[in-house]
Amino acid sequence: MIENKKAHKFGMVIDLDKCTGCGACMVSCMAENNVPFKEDESNKKDSITWMRVYRLTNGKSFPETQIAYIPRPCQHCGGIGDHGHSPCVSVCPATATDYGYDTGIVSQIYTRCFGCRYCMGACPYHARYFNWWDPKWPEGMENYLSPNVSPRMRGVVEKCSFCYHRYQLAREQAIVEDREIEEMEYQTACTTACPAGAIVFGDLNNPAHKVHQIVKPDPHPDPLNHKVVGKSRNPKVFRLLERLGTNTKVYYMSDREWVRKAGDNYLKGEWENVKTHHGASSSHG
Amino acid sequence: MDDALIPEGAKRCGFPTFMIGIVIVGAVLLWGVYAMFLCWFKGLNQTNMNDYYGFALWIWADLAVIAVGGGAFFTGLLKYIFKVDELKNIINFAVIIGFICYSSALLILAIDIGQPLRGWFIFWHANVHSMLTEVAFCLSCYFAVLTIEFIPNILENRQANKVPFFHHLAHNMHGVMAVFAATGAFLSFFHQGSLGGVAGVMFGRPFAYREGLLIWPWTFFLFTWSAAAFGPCFTLLVTKITEIITGKKLVGDKTVHLLAKISGWMITTYIIAKIIDTIYWAWVTVPSMGFKLSHFYSNNGFYGYWILITEVILCGVVPGLLLINKSTRENPATRTIAIILGVIGVCLNRWVMVLQIMAVPVMSFDTWALYIPSWQEVATTILPVAYGIILIAVAYRYLPVFPQELELNKSADAAAQN
Repeated sequence: MIENKKAHKFGMVIDLDKCTGCGACMVSCMAENNVPFKEDESNKKDSITWMRVYRLTNGKSFPETQIAYIPRPCQHCGGIGDHGHSPCVSVCPATATDYGYDTGIVSQIYTRCFGCRYCMGACPYHARYFNWWDPKWPEGMENYLSPNVSPRMRGVVEKCSFCYHRYQLAREQAIVEDREIEEMEYQTACTTACPAGAIVFGDLNNPAHKVHQIVKPDPHPDPLNHKVVGKSRNPKVFRLLERLGTNTKVYYMSDREWVRKAGDNYLKGEWENVKTHHGASSSHG
Repeated sequence: MDDALIPEGAKRCGFPTFMIGIVIVGAVLLWGVYAMFLCWFKGLNQTNMNDYYGFALWIWADLAVIAVGGGAFFTGLLKYIFKVDELKNIINFAVIIGFICYSSALLILAIDIGQPLRGWFIFWHANVHSMLTEVAFCLSCYFAVLTIEFIPNILENRQANKVPFFHHLAHNMHGVMAVFAATGAFLSFFHQGSLGGVAGVMFGRPFAYREGLLIWPWTFFLFTWSAAAFGPCFTLLVTKITEIITGKKLVGDKTVHLLAKISGWMITTYIIAKIIDTIYWAWVTVPSMGFKLSHFYSNNGFYGYWILITEVILCGVVPGLLLINKSTRENPATRTIAIILGVIGVCLNRWVMVLQIMAVPVMSFDTWALYIPSWQEVATTILPVAYGIILIAVAYRYLPVFPQELELNKSADAAAQN
């Protein structure tokens, strides 16, 4: 019997001070999700990398140079006001990408996508990738493809699914055993592969989950920007392009102020005013 | 050898000369068709598009031909609904240009999508929240309307018109054309607008995003307005080119001056709205997202303030003023300059609203992305131009497109006979 349970809101927080930029998350993601690759991957603008690690510097010269790596999966945006109208979901003309109100995951239906690429244009994170070529793997490597993830055909868009097939497996098991999914039962490939333990994944709606405890998401709209919901009450945590109102479910964490500032765009003097602002109810977080 | 098909009394070049022209343009067309098949069979890896430039040259061409094809719906609206009877002298040609533009737009879309065989999914799995869905529905319906508007002109061919059924059908279709003109105007309002909405709703792209009225961003209204304003410029420009090539006066000055005047006032009012929109966007919308205007026009090798000034001032304000001023409007040289600038202006606007959006970095650590189209993209973009030239050549040769042609060229023809 289906009970009326509170929806999940899966998300992650990535500790950028722990991330070494090793790329294990990218590799595990490609292997887990049957991502094809080209013979020459040097042109990153047409390579498929559901998880992509960006390299940032603070722009200062030696000895003050600092580096940070930002792993960027699909941000699984909730859209303005967190109502599920993600930048990509709202524009797809064929409903080939959808917002899961029970999970907060933005899906991609490969067999329905007809390759107009409007979603790619609408995504400011470049998290969506088009299959410019037929998917190919070196001979013999097809044997290592995951049976739980369908490979994508040429001419459609694909992106990170938060390893949705892992959620499906965990959910099926939990249903059979008539219980809730445990936190560690559903973890994304990148989370499990990160050797530094920089990625924490779980249910942002579940106070028992570590991701919730780190992020402390504010359920109220941000008084400074009503488009923003779920702002972190942790002063070290931020989201990419938060002020656009995309309301992503991927949070980042850093002790370094310049890294947190790089998460968004600020006019001169704005950062000083907002850097200590952490949501509507930060005082009781 | 094809004299029996040529409109009665009309003078046309010899058939061999005509065919030489068709073969030359046809070669360009075949080049485009070859590139089109490469894209269909080998995939979009034949292009230089990438994951930053998911929308590129084709989508610009698509938006541009739809904008300049706006002359058809606007002229039809004026002629059949607002009863501006003078425009009967150019309405056939406006419809043919519109037909070419819209059929080209549909062809470009068929090449552009990654899975052309699934193109119908846009209708079957329609997402009512997507501006592109609205574009697809209205575009297809309006193309059907344009086809209906074109049919009477085809049936007026000298031989076809001898068949009583075709003769009466053409006559009766003319009689009810106001219904189709109104339908066309309604559909055009929405698809031109939704094409503007495609960019305006992208709230993740500050360069594109616009606030608006209810569900429609301001770009929705600006696109419709600009198509109505600049579409007649393109109709006049193609008329002028056709007159130069045929060596004949095809549309009377009174009609040309009237359409140019209407276009001038539409351009002027549009450009005032566009300037207000740009100022609001630059001073209010963009800063609220953490950007300065200069972010969109600096730190790259191509997109500078020049493109904004060219679009708004040189190709917006200037043609508007030239066309609302009687002396410059009625001077053939300044009028031609104005309509050329106008066509460039609306095409530049569509370029900015497609390609510059893709080029601008949004994340603070991202970089500008510039792109050069592949030959396959260029060839398939030129393909509709070649197709358009051939269709106009065939229509001009065999159909009574210009009602004033015989009257305007009577003295020249008589002189030639003497």
